[in-house]
Amino acid sequence: MNQPVFRLTLPILFGYLPLGMAFGVLFTTQLEYAWWVAPVMGILVYAGAGQILAVSLLAANAGLLEVFLAMFVLNARHLFYGLSLLGQFRGAGWRKAYLIFGLTDETYSLLTSRPRTGNRQYEQAMDFRITLFNQCYWVIGCALGALLGANVVFDSTGIEFALVALFIVLTIEQYKALGDLFPIVTGAAAAAIAIFLLPAAHQLVGAIVLVSGVLLLQYHRHRNTEPTEGTDHG
Amino acid sequence: MAESWYLAGFIAVATVATFATRVIPFLFFHRHTEHPLVRHLGRYLPAAVMALLATVFLQRSATWNNALPGLDALLPAILVVTIHLWRRNALLSIASGTIAYMVIVQMNLIQA
Repeated sequence: MNQPVFRLTLPILFGYLPLGMAFGVLFTTQLEYAWWVAPVMGILVYAGAGQILAVSLLAANAGLLEVFLAMFVLNARHLFYGLSLLGQFRGAGWRKAYLIFGLTDETYSLLTSRPRTGNRQYEQAMDFRITLFNQCYWVIGCALGALLGANVVFDSTGIEFALVALFIVLTIEQYKALGDLFPIVTGAAAAAIAIFLLPAAHQLVGAIVLVSGVLLLQYHRHRNTEPTEGTDHG
Repeated sequence: MAESWYLAGFIAVATVATFATRVIPFLFFHRHTEHPLVRHLGRYLPAAVMALLATVFLQRSATWNNALPGLDALLPAILVVTIHLWRRNALLSIASGTIAYMVIVQMNLIQA
C-alpha cells in the first residue's frame, strides 16, 4: 500500500519540502525561539500560508484574539472543502478526525481526484496514508529549514512550481472524469476576478465564495427547469 | 517564562482556528450527506476548486513586470498541459514543467 501512496504523493513532496523549508528558514531568522518549535507548528497547526502568517504575528507579539481571527479568515476556504467530502469520509471511524485535520489544499486535491474502487474501507485507509505522508513531508521541510537557517546550500529556487503543475494536472483529470467544462471555467474565471479585485491574502477565499455561489445558482436553475424526478403527477 | 507561555498559547489558538475551518462542515452538515445540494457540490466543487487553485498559484509564480509578462510561468504551464494530454502520466508532466520553470527562473532566461 505504501508504494502507490508514495508515487501519488511525490509531487506534494516536491512542493511541501521547499515550502516547509521556506517557513523554517523564516522562523529561525525572524524569531528567537528554539528551532524545534517550527516542526512542532508543522505537526499541530499544519497550514502553509497560515504558518508563514504566524511568523509575522509572532514577531509582532499579536494578541491571541487577533491570531484566532487572522488564522480563521486565512483558512476559511477549507469550510467549503469539507462540504464535498461529507460522504467520502463517512464511516471512516478513528481515521476520520485525522482526515479532517489534515485537509490542506493539496491533500484535498489528491483525495478528490484519484480513482477509487468500491472498497470503502480500503479507500479510506489509502486516504489516511496519503494525508499522513503529506504531513510528514511538510514537517520534515519545517525541521530542515529551521535547522539549516540561512545556510541552505542547494539552489531549489522554483521547485515549488511542482504544486502549480500538480493543480494543472488534477484540473485536466477532473475534466476527463466529469466531461463537463462548466465548473473548470467557473473556477478559473472566479480566480481571475479575485486576483484583479482582492489583495493576495483574500484571493483564495474570495474566489471560493464566488465559485460556491455560482454552483448554488446552477443547482437552483437545475431544480427549477427540470421537474423533480420521481414525483407523481396524479 | 512569560515568553514560553505566550508561544504555547499562540500555537494552541492557531491550531484550534485552523482545525475549526476544516471540521465545521462535518459538525453541522453530517446528517445531510444525501441532500441533493450537498451531492451537487460534491460533484462539481472539486473541479472548480482545482481550476481556481491552478489559476491563483500560476499567477503568483509568474513575473508580470518584464517585457514578456507572465511567460516565465505560462510556458512551463503549457508544457505541463501538452505533456499530460500526450502521455497522461502525472509525474512526468509535473516533473517536466517544474524543471522547465526552475531552469527559466534560475538562469533568468526570460529577461526584462
